[in-house]
Amino acid sequence: MGTTASQLGKDLLSEYQELTFLTKQEILLAHKRFTELLTKDEKDLPNTRVPAERILTLPELKSNPFRKRICHVFSTSEQKDGSLTFEDFLDLLSAFSDSATLEIKSHYAFRIFDFDDDGTLDCGDLEKLVNCLTGETDETRLTTEEMRQLINNILEESDIDKDGTVNLSEFQHVISRSPDFVSSFKIVL
Amino acid sequence: MAYSVNICQMDSESDFENLGESEPGQDSFQLVAEPAVSTQRCPQTLQMDVFRECTRINTEQLPLTASGHMRDETLDREQMNSLQRHRWSAATLKVLASMPSRTAGINSAAVIPRHARNLSRLHQHQTCQDSSQPSRPMQEDFVQANIEEELSNEENKKEQLVSILRGLSVSEGMSKLRASPLSLADKMEVRQLAFSDVAESSLIRNIPCYSRLSMSVSRTWHHCLFSCLPVLTSLQLWHSPIKRLSGRFGTGVLSYFLFLRTLLLFNLLLFVINGLFLVFPQAVNPPPRPHDSDLNNFTGLELLTGTGYLSQSVMFYGYYTNTILKNCRAVNSTAAESPDLPVCDSNKPQKVLYSIPAAYFFTIAIAFFTICIILVYSISKAFGRGFQVLKSNGNLAVKVFCSWDFKVSKKTSVRLQSEKISTQLKELLSEMFHGENKKSCMQRLCRLMVQLVAWAACLATIFLSAMAVHYLSEDAIKSSPLKETELLLLAAVVSGINLLLPGLFNLCAWVENYDSPSVLVYVSIFRNLLLKVTIVGVLCFRWLGRIAVEPKRYGLQCWETFVGQELYRLLLMDFIFTVLYTFFGEFLWRLFTKQVLKRNRMPVFDIARNVLELIYGQTLTWFGVLFAPLLPAVQIIKLFVLFYMKKSSLVLNCQASRKPWRANQMTTFFISLLCFPSFLGAAVSVTYTIWTIKPSSGCGPFRNLTTMFQSGQQWAQELENAHPILSWLSRAYNSLLENPLFLFLAPGVFLMVIYFHTQVIDGQRRIISRLEKQIENEGKDKQFLITNLQAIHERSGLVSP
Repeated sequence: MGTTASQLGKDLLSEYQELTFLTKQEILLAHKRFTELLTKDEKDLPNTRVPAERILTLPELKSNPFRKRICHVFSTSEQKDGSLTFEDFLDLLSAFSDSATLEIKSHYAFRIFDFDDDGTLDCGDLEKLVNCLTGETDETRLTTEEMRQLINNILEESDIDKDGTVNLSEFQHVISRSPDFVSSFKIVL
Repeated sequence: MAYSVNICQMDSESDFENLGESEPGQDSFQLVAEPAVSTQRCPQTLQMDVFRECTRINTEQLPLTASGHMRDETLDREQMNSLQRHRWSAATLKVLASMPSRTAGINSAAVIPRHARNLSRLHQHQTCQDSSQPSRPMQEDFVQANIEEELSNEENKKEQLVSILRGLSVSEGMSKLRASPLSLADKMEVRQLAFSDVAESSLIRNIPCYSRLSMSVSRTWHHCLFSCLPVLTSLQLWHSPIKRLSGRFGTGVLSYFLFLRTLLLFNLLLFVINGLFLVFPQAVNPPPRPHDSDLNNFTGLELLTGTGYLSQSVMFYGYYTNTILKNCRAVNSTAAESPDLPVCDSNKPQKVLYSIPAAYFFTIAIAFFTICIILVYSISKAFGRGFQVLKSNGNLAVKVFCSWDFKVSKKTSVRLQSEKISTQLKELLSEMFHGENKKSCMQRLCRLMVQLVAWAACLATIFLSAMAVHYLSEDAIKSSPLKETELLLLAAVVSGINLLLPGLFNLCAWVENYDSPSVLVYVSIFRNLLLKVTIVGVLCFRWLGRIAVEPKRYGLQCWETFVGQELYRLLLMDFIFTVLYTFFGEFLWRLFTKQVLKRNRMPVFDIARNVLELIYGQTLTWFGVLFAPLLPAVQIIKLFVLFYMKKSSLVLNCQASRKPWRANQMTTFFISLLCFPSFLGAAVSVTYTIWTIKPSSGCGPFRNLTTMFQSGQQWAQELENAHPILSWLSRAYNSLLENPLFLFLAPGVFLMVIYFHTQVIDGQRRIISRLEKQIENEGKDKQFLITNLQAIHERSGLVSP
């Protein structure tokens, strides 16, 4: 089931609409933006895979500190290089859409924050996460001491089984305490 | 007893970790094949040939006690306390990585078989080539069997999902599939498996014609519904401007514009209700013109003051008649009064009867009731979203995990957001670890003095402004033939006070230098609110307490129209002053700071102040609906223009705030402000007016009645007379609503329900804390087991740690 870049078939469109949280207009807009990323000869091939560098030129992702992780998580490529097909792109938009459920959003947020892909957030993951949040400049980065304290505090608050890492259920438990999460975990094209 | 578990291979490398001789007699565990890389997508399982003779193993033989101390060695305490990768062997790491809690979310069922299949082919290839190590073929066969078993395991998993989906109805199954975290390709595969069979099996059976038709009808209906719904949601007003603003300024400013949109929808609802049932019938049947009207000279100023032409229009209360609209006129009425209607024939039954007084009363009542219901519903939803059963002991984790706003796309805004988060985290950390700043007694006293002075100053200014409004209003009324410009003076003064004093309050708050930004926000909101409540209270007293009681003293024929006009003027002046402030205040201030002061900091959009202004305008509208039924239309126009004006001012002049803004909490707070002081105050005033105040006898639909409420009673009486069947309704009404016992009983029942709910929540809290303890114990068990296994392993010396 491939999609040629020129247009989206009606059956395929309704299938995408049923299986994702996107509306028809959003899917068509996504298709338009995706085909803009393709080169001329790629447009004719079905199911083309766009490398991560081109995906990251999208304005919605360009300045996001988590952009590389986002591409990596939603990519289904076997080389794990972060390249996305159109269906991966739709997955991305669906998880970040308005109507996605809290479970889906927290699931993907967990995978995005899991920098070493081992299924839990340990100290290294948390440190990288905080560094992404606070930015690149020296004045905003936390000192080593502050980072240590912060990570200890985070683990104390969220690690219920005290194994030193935050797994998916604990993460979802923390997320459920914040009513702002659903509205901030959104990307709209 | 051997526990056998399988490992599935992800890697195409044939990297077998040879664990040495696996002697059957020993209690050791051996691993068969393992990947070298991420175990992410593969729910792995481990082949353990442990506890072969488990009866021999009792606690004395375990190398580690439950408290984590080695029996014959001492181990690092920290290692015991966490399952961090300190000195675990690769085998233990694999066990850890394949635990269900770490593979819970990863559900990509379709990827594994492909990889495993590739791997199995590779291994087959290798066994042919490599025959040096005798143990290898055995292991590879084993591996082969494992891979196939794993393949079948994964197929089982997909089969499971498919069978679950088949058990549900199509729509439920689709929504469950949509909400599962698989990739789109996997979802399409599962869907094909699950639902194509359903379609096939339904065709195979012999379905009678009519049910097939009904099935196709329901299918098309569902299809229509699901395709209409997205269209309706995308018709949302101002969708793209709001998205652009949120991309640049974040969620805080977004909440202001969403609030504005909500208010617009409220006013639209009010306008539609009023328009359909009140304005339209009266506009279609205009009353006869009074003799002393001077409609010839229509000046532009009249648009501002609401006098002259507008006062004789459908805009204000005075226009409405206390007649009953019929589609024919009475026999003895003159042709001049209602020239278009044919004369009533007493033999024919009267057709369209529309009583304007009753319509006025019931329209207003029903509009208020509807809005009350909508507000209470939205407050309860907002509270429900923010309510947590168990209060957490800190919010650092929440802040780290949930505070990044992914909508923000502009580079400078992203940088600003990072700075904001960094500042917040640093402040929280320093607060936590260095405690409150130990201030000396003198400093604390000083700070207390400053705060007292600031509060006294604010309260004094509020009091003074209220007095000023009071005296000005008394003065304005005394000079009886009112010039038009003088009428505007009161409205201008009120708007000016509302504009300038909040700036003063902000300055006071800045001087006071509060520690936490949220306290600052709440203090300034409270002062602003107090000011507005005082001013509106003084004005209400003036209207209802003075003018309505003795209208003749003020030379007013129609006091309701006058009150309506005052409210109209207040709304307009408020709007004009806001426009002037936005233009002069923000734009010129920006030019000033850029050109003269040469600073790059632009003013920050003060969300709280702007929202309170919106609430103030809405209060006036709600109060004024009784006296000027078209006031919601004015408010709609005002809000519409305000949206575009504030948006462009924001984009040109302001920058995103550095201070944190808890959007959800503040939105809940603003909606509850909208309900409690604002709507409740307006509703109470309107109820008071309807219930007790005598309407003016010269104009309006309620002339010749003692109170406006009487019109409702009269209408009910007439209805009862016309249809005696309905007398039971009036008897029920009298016995229930006017019976004090019922009035006590209903709140009593509500209070009991609330009490039960709070008890339930308490119980839930206790259960949650018990469950947390239990999870902690399970975690300790897990650590205990893994460390013991590792220690046994090390002790038997098969694998170097």
